[in-house]
Amino acid sequence: MTIFAILLLAGGTYTLRAAGPALAGQIELSERVRWLLSVAAAVLLCALVVTSALTSGHGFAGWARPAGVLAGGVLAARRAPFLVSVMAAVVTTATLRLLGVG
Amino acid sequence: MRSFWRTLAGRRRVSPRLASHALASYRHIFNALDRRLLRAIGLVVVADGVVGVSFGAIAVSGGQPAWVPLVMSSAVFAGGAQFAALYIVLGGGAPAAAALAGLVLNARLLPFGFAVADVLDVGWPARLLGSHLVVDESVAFALAQREPAARRATFWVSGALLFVVWNLGTAIGVFAGKAVGNPDALGLDAASPMVLLALVLPALREPAVRWAALLGAAIALAATPFLPGGLPVLLALAGLAAAAVPCARGRSRPAPRSRT
Repeated sequence: MTIFAILLLAGGTYTLRAAGPALAGQIELSERVRWLLSVAAAVLLCALVVTSALTSGHGFAGWARPAGVLAGGVLAARRAPFLVSVMAAVVTTATLRLLGVG
Repeated sequence: MRSFWRTLAGRRRVSPRLASHALASYRHIFNALDRRLLRAIGLVVVADGVVGVSFGAIAVSGGQPAWVPLVMSSAVFAGGAQFAALYIVLGGGAPAAAALAGLVLNARLLPFGFAVADVLDVGWPARLLGSHLVVDESVAFALAQREPAARRATFWVSGALLFVVWNLGTAIGVFAGKAVGNPDALGLDAASPMVLLALVLPALREPAVRWAALLGAAIALAATPFLPGGLPVLLALAGLAAAAVPCARGRSRPAPRSRT
């Protein structure tokens, strides 16, 4: 990795991050646009959840990780505490791997 | 919180009263967060720190000089993009291609920045500094809070802690090198999607959001085998159509979160 490539990645990433906060201060966003932006964030987060739980690179991630996320997700949907559901996901995945499930 | 940043921004020169004032303000921040939330943030921060250790270790084990992971973790501060760029370089790819792949992965930070813009709408110092703390977890934690004050406090506390521990973890990994094992054996790769899922679940109770998210996730999943990393998640934004259409017809528009 060269310093130029790192600075390109860092500068570009910072620009992506700062554009929203910088522009939102200049223009008045309507209530509907604000609502759509918060829905957009939820949509992106859900897509991250599903792709990072099920896939690795361009393929299937194996059963252990999605099984863990599913176990934790069921607990979270039943309003289990955050810590409990995250620990359940991690422990389920680790246990399955220990048992030889990919 | 608003007064906290105004006061800090207005007092550039160090005054004797600044320290005690800042201390009182931090207490104010922590009062806005309940203990359960702080514990949740703590857990996420620890899990991310472990991933940071593996990032540092994988980079130096692959033959990169120590400054590469250290500079990346502080200047880029985006786990997914850092790993993607690192693996491309370790696999013999061009550094410029690695940077571009990382940028595509980070494109989602643009809409995330807009989503938390109101949190950072407290003057330029906060905007410039806070923008660097826009990561999946800090955005998800902040948006899960209803009250603007709690949202702001949550964003700053989770973002700052994540930054510190991510860099600390990277440094530990750099110096521990090959001694670090694979965090996947501990099941930690399940923690990141689970954390985001737990944080986004309450928002899914609104039907419009739920349908948009389901449609978006299906699109992202279907596109993953064919597109470079990061683009499938961006394509999920097409799912917004599911939320926008009923909205335009004027039915079932949920009340926006209270903003003052």
